[in-house]
Amino acid sequence: METKELIELLREHAFLERFKPEHVQKFAELAREVRFVRDQIIFREGEECGLFYLILSGRVALEVSAPGCILRVLTLEGGEQLGWSSVLEAGGKHFQARSLEAVRALVFDGARLREACDQDPEFGYALMTQLLQVVAERLQATRLQLMDIYRPRAVKLI
Amino acid sequence: MSQVATVAMTSIRAHVRAIERETRDTFTLTVTPAAGQALRPFAPGQFNMLYAFGVGELPISISGDPEDPDELVYTVRSVGQATHALVSRKPGDAIGIRGPFGTHWPLEAARGKDVLIVAGGIGLAPLRPAIYHVLRRRDDYARLMVLYGARSPRDLLYRKQLAQWARQPDTQVLTTVDYGGLSWRGHVGVVTTLFRCLRPHPAQTVAYVCGPELMMRYVVHQLETRGVPPGDVYVSLERNMKCATGCCGHCQMGPYFVCRDGPIFSYRQVRPWLHKREL
Repeated sequence: METKELIELLREHAFLERFKPEHVQKFAELAREVRFVRDQIIFREGEECGLFYLILSGRVALEVSAPGCILRVLTLEGGEQLGWSSVLEAGGKHFQARSLEAVRALVFDGARLREACDQDPEFGYALMTQLLQVVAERLQATRLQLMDIYRPRAVKLI
Repeated sequence: MSQVATVAMTSIRAHVRAIERETRDTFTLTVTPAAGQALRPFAPGQFNMLYAFGVGELPISISGDPEDPDELVYTVRSVGQATHALVSRKPGDAIGIRGPFGTHWPLEAARGKDVLIVAGGIGLAPLRPAIYHVLRRRDDYARLMVLYGARSPRDLLYRKQLAQWARQPDTQVLTTVDYGGLSWRGHVGVVTTLFRCLRPHPAQTVAYVCGPELMMRYVVHQLETRGVPPGDVYVSLERNMKCATGCCGHCQMGPYFVCRDGPIFSYRQVRPWLHKREL
C-alpha cells in the first residue's frame, strides 16, 4: 500500500484524530497493512510480541486463560487500537488477542515507534498522551467491570 | 382526602394475562384490568405500584407499549419477597395496580434530534416504551442509537426485539456484556466502552439513561466528555418508594421526591445530588 493511501486511512482512524499532519505522515512511514481471518490468534498471552495495531475494521477479542477455561475480557472494534504495551516496552503479552471476524489493521513495530518518539519529542508527547487516554479509559472500564454492578440485589424501582 | 388523592392511593384489581421468562431471574408480566376496572394511560418512563396481595407493594416501571390501552406490561426481576411473589403469579391470578406515577422521558424535547438510549441490565425495561414511541414516529426523530449492557449473554433482555430494532432505518443497536464466554461473539466490556463505536452529534443529541446508578454516573461522564449538554441528558433514578405521591418522604433526594418529581430527571437537575453520600 502506498504512503498516500496509508495517510488517508490513518487520518480517518479515531486514534489519530488529534495528531498533526506531519505526525500522521510519520505513522504512515512506519505502517503496514495486515489482515486476519475469523478466529485467528493475533498474539498469545505471554508471547513476546512488539507489535502495535490500529484496527481498521472487524472485531478482536482480548482473552485471558484461567484454569480450565479462557475468559473473554474485552472486545475491540474498528477505530480502536490493540497492543498498546508494545509502544512502551518489549515484553510478554498480558492477554491473548483473537479475531472474531475478518480483521483489517495497520501494524507498527513498537521499537521503531519508540525510536521515533526519542527522535521527535513532540511526536512522542502526542503519542504518549493519546496512549495514556486509551489506558485511562480501559482502567475506568475495568473498574466498572470489577464492581459487577448488575449483580442481583434488592431494589425498589424497576 | 381529595378525590385525586383517593384515586392515587387506591389499587384497581387486574389479572395476569401472561408471564414470560426473560432471563433466569427476570420475567415479563402482561396484565389486563378486571371486569369493571379501567387502566389509566401512561407515558414512557412512568411506573405503577404493583400489589402482590398479602405480600407487599412495589414500584415497577411499565415496559410495554404506551399506545396499547388494553394491557400493561412489566418486566420484573425477582430479587426479594414481593418481586418473587409477583413473578410467581400464574395467568388469571389477581394483583393490585396504582398509578401510573412520576415523570416521563421527555420525548417532545428530542423531536428532530438524535435519540441516544443507554441502558444497563433491567434498566432497558423503562426505556422500551420510549423506543416504541420513537420507532412508531420514525420521521419525527433523527438517528436512534441504543446502547445496552448486561452482566452476561444470558442476562440480556428482549434479545429478539433488539435484533428487530437493529434492522430499522437510521437505528443503531449495540449490545455488550461484562462477561462473555467463548460462544459469545458479540461485544465484551462495560456499556461505556460502546461509546467508542458511536459518532454522536452532541448538540443534536438527547440521551436517556437507565441502569444501576453507578453505571449512570459513568455514562453521564462519557456524555459530558463528548459534549452532550447536561440539560439534554435524562436519567431514571430509583429510591425506596412507598406512597408514590410525594407524601411519605421515603424517596426524598435533596429537594426532590423521586416518586413525584422523578423518576425521570434531567441530569442538570440532579447533578448536585447524585454524588452526595447517604442520599
